[in-house]
Amino acid sequence: MVDEVAARVEANPKYHKLVGIRSSYSIIMTICVMVVYYGYILLIAFNKEWLGTKLAAGMTTSVGIPLGVGVIVITIILTNLYVRRANTEFDTLNAEIIKEANKK
Amino acid sequence: MNNRIVNIASKGVLLVLGLLVAGAAVAAGADLGQTTKQATNWVAIGMFGGFVAITLFITKWAASKTRSAADFYTAGGGITGFQNGLAIAGDYMSAASFLGISGLVFGSGFDGLIFSIGWLVGWPVITFLMAERLRNLGKFTFADVASYRFSQTPTRVFAACGSLVVVAFYMIAQMVGAGQLIKVLFGLEYQYAVMIVGVLMMLYVLFGGMTATTWVQIIKACMLLVGATFMALAVLYQFHFNPEELFAKAVELHSKHGAIMAPGGLIKDPVSAISVGMALMFGKAGLPHILMRFFTVPSAKEARKSVGWATTWIGYFYILTFIIGFGAIVLLTQDPTSYYVDGDLAKGLKGGGNMAAIHLANAVGGNVFLGFISAVAFATILAVVAGLTLSGASAVSHDLYATVFKKGKADSASELRVSKITTICLGIVAVFLGIAFEKENVAYMVMLAFAIACSANFPVLFMSVLWKDCTTKGAVAGGFVGLISSVGLTVVSASVWEAVLKHPAGSALFPYSSPALFSMTAAFVTIYLVSKFDNSRQAQLERSLFPAQKVRSETGLGAATSSGH
Repeated sequence: MVDEVAARVEANPKYHKLVGIRSSYSIIMTICVMVVYYGYILLIAFNKEWLGTKLAAGMTTSVGIPLGVGVIVITIILTNLYVRRANTEFDTLNAEIIKEANKK
Repeated sequence: MNNRIVNIASKGVLLVLGLLVAGAAVAAGADLGQTTKQATNWVAIGMFGGFVAITLFITKWAASKTRSAADFYTAGGGITGFQNGLAIAGDYMSAASFLGISGLVFGSGFDGLIFSIGWLVGWPVITFLMAERLRNLGKFTFADVASYRFSQTPTRVFAACGSLVVVAFYMIAQMVGAGQLIKVLFGLEYQYAVMIVGVLMMLYVLFGGMTATTWVQIIKACMLLVGATFMALAVLYQFHFNPEELFAKAVELHSKHGAIMAPGGLIKDPVSAISVGMALMFGKAGLPHILMRFFTVPSAKEARKSVGWATTWIGYFYILTFIIGFGAIVLLTQDPTSYYVDGDLAKGLKGGGNMAAIHLANAVGGNVFLGFISAVAFATILAVVAGLTLSGASAVSHDLYATVFKKGKADSASELRVSKITTICLGIVAVFLGIAFEKENVAYMVMLAFAIACSANFPVLFMSVLWKDCTTKGAVAGGFVGLISSVGLTVVSASVWEAVLKHPAGSALFPYSSPALFSMTAAFVTIYLVSKFDNSRQAQLERSLFPAQKVRSETGLGAATSSGH
């Protein structure tokens, strides 16, 4: 029973569209996180001095601190962006696919 | 039946409170010269007693809702995304990350920030690649997902090994941490602390299953977030909410001065940096007690919300620990008599560097707030070990007993009985190991648990869900290669070879801080090669099942629902 419905889902072009969009979106987002994180780590490994420079003359706060906090904030933002899009746009499309597969 | 449970649970309360009082009494009269044990802190014990009373009351309520194996493993799938997000955050914000990271910031400033970022960045990756697929394919354990289209016995045996090994190392680290911490915080004897943790965790899991474990985790996460927020605000208040003033004062007072504003010795070489980063990033996608949390929500939508909230809370928490660490630098160094050994800055903090956040609690909120934060730290360990026990018990009862021994024909009642027996066994083993490892160096164990999780559990899960040509033979072979190589490389690395086995410095064969880069790669390569060369009939059958698995993992069609779990 479920197998038949699954076969109808598989035959629905909307399903392949959903998988295509969602996969590329999640891969792009993963790459963004990787670039931000490993970029920061490599900066630490290869250019410690620059991260330690002061934000402005006479200040104590170094460049690395707002950058590091920025990495945390970007991580939170990217995650929630994905969740929001997946829970609205992708889930609507998903619900349509399931409905069409059950109807026939 | 219910009355009996209530009776046993209330006896449990009495037993625990009795143990607390007895432990405190013994501690008060013990010889204080031999350890760094502090004077008995009654406020902290009282606060912790309050936490225990509330959580046991919840356990009593949860017991009335825990009737089937599904209730026990996944709270019947009735947890909302927001609640589960808090519970995941609770699982993750362990005492090690609260005390450890704020202690690291206190000791070397900037490096603490690098470390906490490493602990955070895995969450988006789980969100993007794993969360909804896990929820759609799984039922009770991550082995359900890994073995979805594979031959059950070998895959489940591997997954149970992977789970139990990870749980064991993580558990030893937590139990030893609990004992050491409580010696300092409450002034209780090490053995009593370990036993109290063991007894309470058994009570939660045994009677309340996942429902109680989840709520213990949620309460603790809220307490920790509120406590940490108060501390950070209290610190910032003294500096007119201007971080620049805080940093300037910290640089002036810290013994390393300007160096705390730049990366220090935490990251030694790029290979170690990337390897540790990988262990942290992918390891959490292989921790059985975290993966299990994805099955407690009713749908993929709620699973995504869970990780969204979890990432938000954990990220926020790490920013707080950074402020707390700097606050500790400023406030504690100005009052060496109260917080330093013999009042001497050179001799370090009373109770060790990890006590920075605890002493800061006293500095900003007095003895009552110190008691609150100490109770939170203890509650944190308790909640994490409860989650670990539950995931270990389900690996034994669901994967080994119900699927491997009974070939999937075990009824819910007998599966539940096996999981309860396993819970008791795990509790006893945990207490025993906690006491046995008291004097050992266990610093490497959490990192080892992450290395195993990312080298054994994660590759198998990832490939079985996303790669159509993956087969049972490939997955199991690759999983064991990852498991053995990560443990083996850790043993010959400096953290075990030199620090634990006492070989001379510099003699370790493996020079990097984490084996993940190598062991995880080895696991993926093995899965790929073995699957590619596997042309058995079974392999062809498994490949032919991939499209149907993909439909379910992508759309949730036929996925276990909250009622039909």
